[in-house]
Amino acid sequence: MLIKIRKSWEMRESDVTPEALFKNRRQFLKTGAAALAGGLVGGMLSRHAFAAWPGVGEMLGAVGKSKFDPGEELTPWDAVTSYNNFYEFGTDKADPVNTAQDFQTDPWTVEVAGACAKPGRYAFEDLMKPHPLEERIYRHRCVEAWSMVVPWLGVPLADVIKRLEPLGNAKYVAFETLFDPAQMPGQRRDVLAWPYREGLRMDEAMHPLTLLSVGVYGKTLPPQNGAPLRLVMPWKYGFKGIKSIVKITFVEGQPPTSWNMAARHEYGFYANVNPAVDHPRWSQAKERRIGEFRKRDTLPFNGYGDEVAALYADMDLSKFF
Amino acid sequence: MVISYRSAWWLVFALMASPLLWLMMLAYMGGLGANPIEFITRYLGDWALRSLLVALAATPLKIALGWTWPVRMRRMLGLWAFAYVALHVSDYIIIDQFFDWDAIVKDIIKRTYITVGMATFLILSSLALTSWNGAIKRLGAKTWKRLHRLVYLAGVLGCVHYFMMVKADTLPPAIHAGVLGGLLGIRVWHHLRSRSLDLVTHRRKS
Ligand code: HEM
Repeated sequence: MLIKIRKSWEMRESDVTPEALFKNRRQFLKTGAAALAGGLVGGMLSRHAFAAWPGVGEMLGAVGKSKFDPGEELTPWDAVTSYNNFYEFGTDKADPVNTAQDFQTDPWTVEVAGACAKPGRYAFEDLMKPHPLEERIYRHRCVEAWSMVVPWLGVPLADVIKRLEPLGNAKYVAFETLFDPAQMPGQRRDVLAWPYREGLRMDEAMHPLTLLSVGVYGKTLPPQNGAPLRLVMPWKYGFKGIKSIVKITFVEGQPPTSWNMAARHEYGFYANVNPAVDHPRWSQAKERRIGEFRKRDTLPFNGYGDEVAALYADMDLSKFF
Repeated sequence: MVISYRSAWWLVFALMASPLLWLMMLAYMGGLGANPIEFITRYLGDWALRSLLVALAATPLKIALGWTWPVRMRRMLGLWAFAYVALHVSDYIIIDQFFDWDAIVKDIIKRTYITVGMATFLILSSLALTSWNGAIKRLGAKTWKRLHRLVYLAGVLGCVHYFMMVKADTLPPAIHAGVLGGLLGIRVWHHLRSRSLDLVTHRRKS
């Protein structure tokens, strides 16, 4: 189901997808990665038959066109998939594309626990398949003051949560990334307290903008972007968008989150994009859009204030940053 | 194999230039990644610190291995270190901030790692400005030597600057700081040992 009301971020109906997919196909031929190319062909053949979930790098079928489109130029596939903060695969942003390619995402199990009526271990397909996929073009603002525009694919997290029937005392949702140092070389050192943890307040988790993403640019997520499923909250700094999720827990109290545990005064639980609240070591007033030379002004809530500002109406955002 | 000092000088000169040439080649071939500006800033910062460490290695090499040629080249080494530092700072001002003086001044005042970087830059600039023979004469050898001892402080501050800018992974700055610590350690050890040897010889004399 797509939300029909027009908001500030949906300036126009997008016809950008086919063009982007076309570019991707050319990209594939250029890189000549035989395995991926094989996957692409397979993906195109099975586009309508959605019997099995497509493998890594394959096309996702039956995706609705995006109503969510800021009308800004998309960041190219190359940049989106080669410039990633995913410390499990190395601390350099160029690391994950190199070290994550053999990452196994099939089979993938997500454990659902805590205050809900439907806890259990869900096969990834069973968790996702009941929900129609949507494409959503979102601005993506990293806490490091760079930004992108990314065409994600996924389902509203709210739809999945409703199915899991949280109980009344579920005030927060906690998420965990896979912990597997054999596959994730970055986890062999304690750069962060593994496994990576993130969390949302229930109203944030249920917000229509919050996306449980399984794909980008029409295809399943590449490993370096958080395969097979990750969160995307476009009004928050990128590190809130936890990748390669294996556990979802409904809890009563605010859950601990990895970057907050690493440096409490630098990374808050909320991490809403806010040009008025600097990171202690750098300004958040501006950002560099990948591909541009001059920095541009950062917008409050990354430009999604009309939709989400009400969630934080009574809060001092310089304190709850 | 023996090579002349002159050829060795040029060889070392070329080695010190090679990171810069590599960067230019990467830029030319489009190999700077998705965020070239960040890549350049960090690359030049890395090589600023590394070339400073190379310059600081001259005396320890003499102490530990008895080599004298690095000490004879250290003006060239020090000026290369300054060149990378100057490029790193110019890149920050020209490419990264694009002359946004308001933002630059705020950064220098508010961001401690930038303040530290600025102090390091000022120290190394004053050393580069007084690196010619005439300056030694004008300042007097003693004052000149004392001034140029600030290079140790510059090395320490360079590492502090690096430590302060990383988000979580302190291993790379720790490696650089470890090398600096080793180089300074050799000097301190040598200093202490030659002092105690002095004492011994003094005693023998008396
Ligand atoms: C006015 C002086 C300086 C300024 C404004 C400055 C600025 C910066 C900036 C903006 C970064 C990158 C931060 C980031 O990408 O998040 C950086 C990194 C760095 N700088 Fe400087 N810097 C200065 C002086 C120095 C000096 C004198 C040295 C060495 C002796 C140095 C060595 C480094 C190193 C090693 C890094 C880290 C590179 C990496 O991440 O690999 N900087 N500096």
